[in-house]
Amino acid sequence: MGNLVVNEKNIVIPGEEIANGMDFLPSFGTYRDGESIIANRLGLVSVRNRVIKVIALNGVYMPQMEDLIIGIVKDVGFSGWTIDIGSVTYANLPVGEAVRDKVELLKSDISKFYEIGDIIITKVMNVTKSRIVQLSMRDHGLRKLQGGIIVKVVPQKIPRIIGKQGSMVGMIKEYTKCDISVGQNGFIWICGPADKMNITKRAIKLIEEKSHISGLTDKVKEFLESESK
Amino acid sequence: MIRDNSKGYILELAKKGVRDDGRGLLNYRDIKIEYDISNNAEGSAAVTIGKTRVVCGVKLSTGEPYPDKPDEGSIVVNAEFAPISSPTFEPGAPGEESIELARVVDRGIRESRAVDFKKLCIKSGEKMWMVMIDLYIQNHDGNLIDAAALAAIAALTKAKFPKYDMETDTIDYHEHKKDKLPLVRHPIACTIHKMNGTLFVDPTFDEEALSDARLTVTVSEDGNINAMQKGGQAGLSEDEILKGVEIALEKSNEIRKHLK
Repeated sequence: MGNLVVNEKNIVIPGEEIANGMDFLPSFGTYRDGESIIANRLGLVSVRNRVIKVIALNGVYMPQMEDLIIGIVKDVGFSGWTIDIGSVTYANLPVGEAVRDKVELLKSDISKFYEIGDIIITKVMNVTKSRIVQLSMRDHGLRKLQGGIIVKVVPQKIPRIIGKQGSMVGMIKEYTKCDISVGQNGFIWICGPADKMNITKRAIKLIEEKSHISGLTDKVKEFLESESK
Repeated sequence: MIRDNSKGYILELAKKGVRDDGRGLLNYRDIKIEYDISNNAEGSAAVTIGKTRVVCGVKLSTGEPYPDKPDEGSIVVNAEFAPISSPTFEPGAPGEESIELARVVDRGIRESRAVDFKKLCIKSGEKMWMVMIDLYIQNHDGNLIDAAALAAIAALTKAKFPKYDMETDTIDYHEHKKDKLPLVRHPIACTIHKMNGTLFVDPTFDEEALSDARLTVTVSEDGNINAMQKGGQAGLSEDEILKGVEIALEKSNEIRKHLK
């Protein structure tokens, strides 16, 4: 028999007991110590059935397998690229995962595929135990993004930017007619005319800043309406 | 240096007269001044403009007056660009940027005669007060000159003389007299930038990196222009300079209201 010590959506600090008893299971941001479940980061408690996790309020992107992310090419190597994914380390994209055809590495310069500064939409293929991140381009819709700008937000706010079933990002697209791609790593790619991109960027920053306020959708709608005039 | 590929975007926005953060072309970010942040300085202040933060400390020491001005004190301005404040700053000898910044701030104070130099003289031809103004850039998000000049003048308003014993020629820095530094004017530096043909003030880091030219105008409260400094590769036309000066005259009054 177990019970919760703190309520759901309460803020906990590292070391604080969230629940005791073996009925609950520790997930992200928590660990089990004997009978009780303890938080190991600052954040909001979330309880789904028996699984307890702590959702961090802030922090860098922690890569997970199968995440759809946006990256910036930082370096071209002999057999792959180094990609900035907004995490603690850069990620690695090998040639074999990026190009379909056979590439003679000794004879060709792979910067003809991706160059430094290119923006790509990619997928996390694997995260090793020592936190080396490997990326892949082998899936539908994974490609190089042409033009546009990158807006960086705190990855924890991404769910608010997307909204329920993509409602928030859909609304921004409707008003600004910009192309928007949201990466799970907090990089958002926007493409359109400069002034429209500007409105989109500021709308995204508004969501990031006011993500904790209720009635956010109305606020963003109000902002977009006043700016679109 | 500009991060990611937003260069074309910012330039195109400038052409349309729009700012990346939605500000008006002639609007400053939020300006905040904190006073007396250091116990050891004779006067100190920290200025934040948006994310830019500059700390200024004023120290007083005595020295021998210069032979051409035996009855006047002097000021020394020094700027330190800490490597933590921007990815573009490196440790080591002061760079071109930091020397220019210190000189522009120095000239604004010196040429406006903001400090009454005659009152800094202790004994004509023998002893004078030297005012050391040290600027530390804590975070660089553009517009360092305006922030640094404001920090310097804010710190000067709070500066007090330490106790000085003329006979033994020693300064007791633990004891401060009540009389403040003779500050008679408050010069404010206002930098006007030109990008893609558009004039604007208070650039962010990215905007500053793409700015074609800049003009710093230092104005005191009586409406006199005390100093000017042009930077950047592009030229400025006569009309642009006149317009820039007009902007500076208006904006400097606005900024001066933040001083206490």
